[in-house]
Amino acid sequence: MGFRAAVVTFPGSNCDRDMAVAIEKVSGSAPVRVWHGDAQLPDGLDFIALPGGFSYGDYLRSGAMAANSPIMREIVRAAERGVPVLGVCNGFQVLTEARLLPGALMRNAGQTFICRNVGLKVENAQSIFTSGYEAGQEISIPVAHHDGNFFADNDTLDRIEGDGRVAFRYMENCNGSQRDIAGVLNASGNVLGMMPHPERAVDAAHGGTDGLALFESAIRSLADA
Amino acid sequence: MKVRVLVSLKPGVLDPQGRAVHHALEGLGFSGVESARIGRTIDLDIADGTSDEALTEMCEKLLANTVIENYRIEKLD
Repeated sequence: MGFRAAVVTFPGSNCDRDMAVAIEKVSGSAPVRVWHGDAQLPDGLDFIALPGGFSYGDYLRSGAMAANSPIMREIVRAAERGVPVLGVCNGFQVLTEARLLPGALMRNAGQTFICRNVGLKVENAQSIFTSGYEAGQEISIPVAHHDGNFFADNDTLDRIEGDGRVAFRYMENCNGSQRDIAGVLNASGNVLGMMPHPERAVDAAHGGTDGLALFESAIRSLADA
Repeated sequence: MKVRVLVSLKPGVLDPQGRAVHHALEGLGFSGVESARIGRTIDLDIADGTSDEALTEMCEKLLANTVIENYRIEKLD
């Protein structure tokens, strides 16, 4: 049986197709597409991806409405069972609003929408999402966001740094994120949220392929399990 | 029953929008503005007798993100 992934679409998601294409390119299996109003996830999922976009028009706070949509109750349960969950950009915002990840994503410190490639340093190369990278490896991945400024209180930051839960850091802090954090893992290591878009760096025509290793890592982790 | 929920950023949380507004006020020539911080007002029209616990839960679960925001509940009538 192939790699059984789901990509969730909220009203206003706009990177869901890119995410599905990236997963299929790496795994060879097309992901199941799941709608925010679905009450249930398909059985036997190996991977769940929450894509980028502007779910519910960023009403109230980015990700706040999506975090309370019917499918999120199921995703929280799946995450608690250990199913890998990746949230990119708006997906990261949804995961923090759903309290699956610590902190919050605030308006960029420079107030502007940022859309360009950024350099990232791989901090933790042992997670199921990052084992295909080397610790300290420098990669280039596109960002495209207005609310990517990661904030958490100092105690929380100390804890997530101490536990090795910072997956990626910005080499040049583009949005004001505390301690340059670009991607963070949950305590169990099966939930990753990141502002940069790995699904936009999986083909030479994208201008880079540094995102491939993230999807390859997740697939290999499953095969090794 | 009319209830107003005031949501504000916690002290110490950087508010880039507030800072930009502060600078704009200075640019307009207003002196003596120490700072500006931007929050949100949510006016609710809710059933009489709605409990304080329910109101608090609304704030904690949705209206405010307590990682970065404080909230205050004001009953208007």
